[in-house]
Amino acid sequence: MSEGAVRKRQESRSRRRLPAINPIWFVLVALIVALIVYNPYFVQPVGYMNFLKRAAPLAILAAGQVYVIVSGGFDLSVGSTITLTVIGSSMLLDNDPDATWWVIALMYAVGLAVGLVNGLVVSVLRVPSLIATLGMMITLGGVALVWSGGAPRGYLPDTFRYFGRTNILDVPVVNILPVSLIVLAVFDGALWWLMHRTNYGRLVHAVGDNPRAAMLAGIPVTRVRVIAFVLSSLSAVTAGILLGGFAGVSTDVGRGYELQAITAAVLGGAQLLGGRGSVSASIAGALTLTAIFTLLNFVGLPQPVREVVQGVILITAVAYAMHRRRHAAR
Amino acid sequence: MSLSAAPARRPRIRFETVAPAAILAAAVVIYVVLIVATGQTHYLSAGNLVGVLSRSIALAITAIGQTFVILTASIDLSVAALISASAVLASVVMGGDPAMIVPAIAAVMALGAVVGLINGLVVAKLEVNPLIATLGMALIIQGCLSAFVSNFAGAVPRTFQFFAYGTFFGLPFSLVVLGALVVLSWFVLRFTRFGANIYSVGGNRDAARFAGIKTARVTIAAHVVCSLCAALAGLYLASRLGSGAPWIGREGMYDLESIAVVVIGGTILAGGRGGVWGTVAGVLIFALIDSLFNIVGMNAFAKQVLRGIIIIAAVGFYSVRSQRIAA
Repeated sequence: MSEGAVRKRQESRSRRRLPAINPIWFVLVALIVALIVYNPYFVQPVGYMNFLKRAAPLAILAAGQVYVIVSGGFDLSVGSTITLTVIGSSMLLDNDPDATWWVIALMYAVGLAVGLVNGLVVSVLRVPSLIATLGMMITLGGVALVWSGGAPRGYLPDTFRYFGRTNILDVPVVNILPVSLIVLAVFDGALWWLMHRTNYGRLVHAVGDNPRAAMLAGIPVTRVRVIAFVLSSLSAVTAGILLGGFAGVSTDVGRGYELQAITAAVLGGAQLLGGRGSVSASIAGALTLTAIFTLLNFVGLPQPVREVVQGVILITAVAYAMHRRRHAAR
Repeated sequence: MSLSAAPARRPRIRFETVAPAAILAAAVVIYVVLIVATGQTHYLSAGNLVGVLSRSIALAITAIGQTFVILTASIDLSVAALISASAVLASVVMGGDPAMIVPAIAAVMALGAVVGLINGLVVAKLEVNPLIATLGMALIIQGCLSAFVSNFAGAVPRTFQFFAYGTFFGLPFSLVVLGALVVLSWFVLRFTRFGANIYSVGGNRDAARFAGIKTARVTIAAHVVCSLCAALAGLYLASRLGSGAPWIGREGMYDLESIAVVVIGGTILAGGRGGVWGTVAGVLIFALIDSLFNIVGMNAFAKQVLRGIIIIAAVGFYSVRSQRIAA
């Protein structure tokens, strides 16, 4: 080994002693500073609380998506799960506020079933998750259209919209507190705990890193993967309930969210095809993506440009991650 | 699944080569039985059968390109967006003027080549996961397209509609073009060095590289072929509809359907095995299923539900036998 290589190695070792902060947090801070510069109003509680409220569904979705990505797959069915949740709720509720609770319970049951089917198709039929969940996306989109007859009718009663729309006023310190932020904190807190503080979280990482080795080590690979898909679908139902309250009923509320969730997770450093990923960093990724969209809005760029920017970000983030991995492997 | 599966002696006839023909035969039987059972025998006329085929021309052209990419163990999910972009570009450049047909075709093919080149470079050189690379590309194309047009734009001249509606020795011209494309692809894959390289790169990338094949170039070339095919499909749709709209690719779900058709045709997603004739069988199967839906008079939304299920089931039909753990 040459001397230069040795020195390089020592350098990298000393660099490793620095606290390992995921770079996404710096990006997020920079973007928030930019937001404040563009719009000083953002510093006030109403400003940042509205921002968080808008970001909440994506942050929830990204936290669920990270489980599937870490376990080595993709979940592209979350967008149409959101749509199905919103359409299904509005059809079942039929303007009856008393039905809210059982409808929400039923929607979670639907999410559970969707996740189970996804997970079983992937791990038992061995269909690549991309195809399996794309097929599920088409199927669920069709179900939502059949159910609503193509044109959704009915409104969501205020009891249902409470979660996505309402702000709790007169809270000390921050003044206003959106209910969706509480949902976000509870749901993502639970997902963070499950991923980073329990045995299951370690199993997900092991399965995604090397499924063969995981199986030989006696890990119930199928069960671990199915649970990951179920968690992703449940996060989609949660996001759907928030979006139903926030945005109302339409047949394309969920469109595009699947890719945004994957982008957020990738921005947070989740490694495609498994083995590495963090719930908190994917939440930071979701906030970053929302901040970028907000900035584009301030600058006055039209909606389609957002798609282009998102595509570029997605490819760049993965290319950057691959670049780093190549260098780390040396 | 047993870990110590004894290396089974390889059967002389591979499952993937027989299965598409078997499914196709089954689909034909079901089709005929259902038609006879419901007494709608006019659906069995030669004219109707040609009609069934020509409704799947765009899917078939796209799927042929997709076969090349999947054989190299890559995938292209940007075809739907590219089809929309090509159709819109063609009809806008033509603008109803027959003199602009050649420049328009050149522009569309150039667009296809550039998109394929970028896809290939990102996948092969930057080593970005092909699903993500092409999904990102789809977002970029769709975004650029929606920024400029939001509805049917431009128009193709009547002479250009010959591509979709003209006849050639009694057969639809588009069907003849498709047939030529199939034979050409078969020839390239079977008899040229490029074809052999595609199979070896898809079969085992590292082995191919050690054997001296420039694997990156092969992957890039396969992506260019795929995007050119998608561009051609866009031209066909522009000719058929008389104009291009930014949603026709997404509406036809050409990305997922082309992949499903290739897989049903026995080309495996892991690459290295399969071929263009299987893809043709896959397209025929889908065309028959579609036609069956129409005969039964199924609601368009219910059709979408069944399509999703059929795609999953079809891929599962092949993948359930594999020992690998799916990604």
